[in-house]
Amino acid sequence: MSASAKLPRWAEFALLPALNLGVALLLAGGVIALLGESPVAAFKLMAAGSLGTQEGLGYTLYYATNFIFTGLAVAVAYHAGLFNIGAEGQAYIGGLGTGLICLWLGAWPFWVVLPLAVLAGAAFGAAWALIPAYLQARRGSHIVITTIMFNFIASALMTYLLVNVLIKPGQQSPESREFDANAFMPSAQELFGKLGLSFAASPLNLAFVLALAAAGLVWLFIWRTRWGFTLRVAGQNPAAAVYAGIAPSRVVIGAMLFSGALAGGLGLNELMGAQHRILMDFPGGAGFVGIAVALMGRNHPVGIIAAAVLFGALYQGGSQLSFDMPKINRDMVVVIQGLVILLCGAMENVLRAPLAAVFTWFGGRREET
Amino acid sequence: METYTLIVLLLAATIRVATPLLLAAIAGMFSERAGVIDLGLEGKMLGAAFAAAAVSATTGSVWFGLGAGIATAVFLAVLIGFACITHRGNQVVAGMAVTIMVAGLGPTLGLAWFGLGGQTPQLDGAGQRFTGIALPWAQAAREMPVPGLLYAELLSGQNLLVYFAAALVPGAAWVLYRTRFGLRLRAVGENPHAVDTAGISVNGLRYRAVIISGVLCGVAGTYLSTAASAGFVRDMTAGKGYLALAALIFGKWKPWPTLGACLLFAFTDALATRLQGVALPVIGVVPVQFILALPYVLTVLLLAGFVGRAEAPRAIGSPYSKEK
Amino acid sequence: MHPHAPGADPAAPPPALELRGIDKRFGAVHANRAISLAVSAGSIHGLIGENGAGKSTLMNIVYGFHRADAGEILVQGRAVSLGSPQDAIAAGIGMVHQHFMLVENFTVLENVVLGVEGGALLSGGLARARAELGKLARDYGLEVPLDAVVSELPVGLQQRVEILKALYRRAEILILDEPTAVLTPREADQLFKMLGRLRAQGKAVILVTHKLREIMAITDRVTVMRQGAVVAGVETRDTSPRGLAEQMVGRAVLLQVEKGPANPGAALLTVRDLEVRDRLGVARVKGVGFTLHAGEIVGVAGVAGNGQSELLEALAGIRAPSRGEISLGGRDLVRERLGPGARRRLGLAHVPEDRLRIGVVAGFSAQDNAMLGYHDAAEYQRGLFLNRTAIQAGCERKIAEFDVRPPNPLLRMGSFSGGNQQKLVLAREIAADPQVLLIGQPTRGVDIGAIEFIHRRLVALRDASKALLLVSVELDEILGLADRILVMNGGEIVGELARAEATEEKIGLMMAGIDSRAGFSPPAEGGLKSALPLT
Repeated sequence: MSASAKLPRWAEFALLPALNLGVALLLAGGVIALLGESPVAAFKLMAAGSLGTQEGLGYTLYYATNFIFTGLAVAVAYHAGLFNIGAEGQAYIGGLGTGLICLWLGAWPFWVVLPLAVLAGAAFGAAWALIPAYLQARRGSHIVITTIMFNFIASALMTYLLVNVLIKPGQQSPESREFDANAFMPSAQELFGKLGLSFAASPLNLAFVLALAAAGLVWLFIWRTRWGFTLRVAGQNPAAAVYAGIAPSRVVIGAMLFSGALAGGLGLNELMGAQHRILMDFPGGAGFVGIAVALMGRNHPVGIIAAAVLFGALYQGGSQLSFDMPKINRDMVVVIQGLVILLCGAMENVLRAPLAAVFTWFGGRREET
Repeated sequence: METYTLIVLLLAATIRVATPLLLAAIAGMFSERAGVIDLGLEGKMLGAAFAAAAVSATTGSVWFGLGAGIATAVFLAVLIGFACITHRGNQVVAGMAVTIMVAGLGPTLGLAWFGLGGQTPQLDGAGQRFTGIALPWAQAAREMPVPGLLYAELLSGQNLLVYFAAALVPGAAWVLYRTRFGLRLRAVGENPHAVDTAGISVNGLRYRAVIISGVLCGVAGTYLSTAASAGFVRDMTAGKGYLALAALIFGKWKPWPTLGACLLFAFTDALATRLQGVALPVIGVVPVQFILALPYVLTVLLLAGFVGRAEAPRAIGSPYSKEK
Repeated sequence: MHPHAPGADPAAPPPALELRGIDKRFGAVHANRAISLAVSAGSIHGLIGENGAGKSTLMNIVYGFHRADAGEILVQGRAVSLGSPQDAIAAGIGMVHQHFMLVENFTVLENVVLGVEGGALLSGGLARARAELGKLARDYGLEVPLDAVVSELPVGLQQRVEILKALYRRAEILILDEPTAVLTPREADQLFKMLGRLRAQGKAVILVTHKLREIMAITDRVTVMRQGAVVAGVETRDTSPRGLAEQMVGRAVLLQVEKGPANPGAALLTVRDLEVRDRLGVARVKGVGFTLHAGEIVGVAGVAGNGQSELLEALAGIRAPSRGEISLGGRDLVRERLGPGARRRLGLAHVPEDRLRIGVVAGFSAQDNAMLGYHDAAEYQRGLFLNRTAIQAGCERKIAEFDVRPPNPLLRMGSFSGGNQQKLVLAREIAADPQVLLIGQPTRGVDIGAIEFIHRRLVALRDASKALLLVSVELDEILGLADRILVMNGGEIVGELARAEATEEKIGLMMAGIDSRAGFSPPAEGGLKSALPLT
């Protein structure tokens, strides 16, 4: 019905998502008005709070880092024809890997700890994706369902570990002890300081750069290597893949391992960069936001970065809003997130047909003159 | 007698946990059998829980609350349907989006309307909750040994929604396998083209399935806030929607096996609370998290083919378009 | 436009189905141009045309899936409005699609009653249906076990369920869309016997097909479509396969290709005792053995469905044989379990029969498709990455050589016409300069000008001392190209002829399973006429 209407490329990739976002914000504004506050004032506060100050920008990009990692994870799997709902659990377990390296090897120099932490995060995240991948490849078990289950199993496992194994002795809250200073990811403030520039204090750290690097890596891999080619063939036409000598089951497993590894990068930002210890539920829903980010970003690294920054801004702006407007608390952030995901992710086709009609109408008129 | 009391308590807890699970799982069954993945179970239940508690508190009548709960869940279900059925949006994302939205909207509205930090007021007035209904002869049966006690303690004294859930299973089975609607519903989840060629509206059937799911989720959510508890608290569904989905899959999308799965998962939950810190004979202390993870592990084992085969409705997850 | 055939008796009953001036466009594509035809009750009417001629669109309009832009449809002389399949069913029109519309895990009975259950509760309706279906089955010879689950039935029986569905809904007009595409020859025979009974009972049957011999064997009247329009409507007895082919294609069909004699050299590919089973475990290729030599074209003739497709798939590495040996370049491909990629590296290329489905990725650009299967080749790599310049240049060469239009390597494959996609696939496999080339149905869906070009390229490959295995259901193509002809029937090679001694008649007899060689038994139904190859 609506999905077959044709739009010019720029409309498909920029205008339609922007329109969807606009409607989502409109509806969010409606809720804000319902609560007795001014939507316009609210949005101004959100914009200022997320992009208007250095500190706000720092927070925005710090949140965005998580979403870039999980968004890339979902996108890589998507190109292989798989829907990875398990980025949340993969990020959780991946972070465990990163955290363990930081706990055990915190005495070593940072430039040794960092690559090991990256590898551990990737390896643990990949490992968590392996079983669902194998089950899909060899036994046809639907990956959507197995990855959802594995999210819950990850949660249970991490709760157990944090409460019983990793907890700092004598402490009530289920967290590990703090990492040694060598295992801290340098913050943006530090790095800018080294260049002689000043930047406000915020959780933004080097992991943001690593996330951008990961995005570049994904782009190169998917579109510029033969393995990425193989992945895309298997994702778009499994029968053609077999004809071309590509083993679909191997692609499924490989893609999911890569995907899990990317999700595991979240720990670099959240644990090494911000919290400096392992704690409960640190992904905090980033795995699910990653799905929306991948969808909105059309599964392309550039789009993912843009969508991730958007969600980061929403998150930070929403936080700011709950500080400044008493009637609105942090739950409003979640509402806005949900609306954006609904409009831009699930309902993205609704405006497509009317938009195409507008284009056709304008196109027709141009022909007449 | 100690063990006996323990068993009764465990069974009582099982029934308490299983009821919303069963309602949600059967809700999901109707939707998924028709080919629409139901990842919004959590959100619909939560929304209904909030609406039911809020309306029951303000109007003083739990029946209005029930109506509000059902209406809310149906609204959310139709919203998901609109996105996925009419506009062929991604079913997983739609369910997730609604769940996230409701998770935020409930406390937000709660704060604005009741000022209690996101909760709804305690339901303590008469008629504001679903309370136990004593079945006939319960008092007399209590005097009798084992079966009588079971009847008096477990079967009698449950609230209306529990009895509804119990009756739902044979009811759902009857609708699914013995009515024309059920035949068509099952067909549209397997091969929508066959249904379309037979001149039946694919979208119409799917909307009806999704609405039924909404109604049942509405009852489930109402149960949570007006029967099992006395009000709405944020995130009170605590993943039950996904657990219900797991139970549905474990039950192979069929009513009676799903009931079995719900009872099993609920029993596991009850056991987990009981066994916390208790040293078992050979194994020692079983970490409570392992027991809580058990339903999900079992479902994965099922999907892997180790506990029999589970085949999802063939057309599930793909929006229908005539061109194919 | 005179809808009635010249000389028709005005007092005769109106045709069961009549189309007048049916016109339909899909955007820029003019799928049906003012189509008019009439089908009488108690007859079998053939509708024939190449892929893309507009047959499916027309039948979809008759079945209510689409609405025509202009024109009328008359059933029993009364105009009807067909806005949905329900309207068509109400008008007495039933359709058996090429891809069955069955719910796989329902029983036969449940599938038949879906949509006409006879009440909100099933029990009464099912009982009534059971009784009526029993009667229908006996009347038309359509026995099917009503309580069997459809997914467990063989394809021939599944098709019967589709027909039962239509008859149960009181169809007087039955349309069958390429019904024999999925049937074994025996199942096809049974189908045609049953269609004969339908005709005897006064039903109007429309047989949509591209197989000339089916038309000749069973229809009373035939309409030929080409590029959306009706180009001929004749009594079947007044025409011939060649006459129909010419009408389908629009000009005299070339039978002979310019080529010199073959000079076969060393054996390049040897097949021994090959057995291939389908997913139900039925053997589709039984004990096949032959050798391909350098510098020869070996044609595999036979009615579609006799194992040729499975043979090709096994040779290409897409399907694993259950038994046998395939030797190429000194390696046993079966024992070593070499996949398509490894076989390509050994010099085996494959142009699949179903090119558009498995030979291309519609969402990729032309240049990406031009390297599909060869993406590991060293010339396309630069270190770890793909060498886009080399890939694009390679594609441009292929486009130029095979005249693929539009000549844009970056254009999405799905935007090319079917014929141009075919040409690119052929270009890709031929350009790989293989030692052995496997081709299935090389000119299916390709336009006329390209056919001659392709044939010439294949001969050129042969003259360059390559070995070619050509599978085709078009006997003329085999006769035109092959140096040696193998005939397959029932999964076995039942005959081998050098081109010089091959005639249509000899091959035809072999294809039907009748042979002058000792040891071949004729089919159970006696007589040559009924066993005539139906391709």
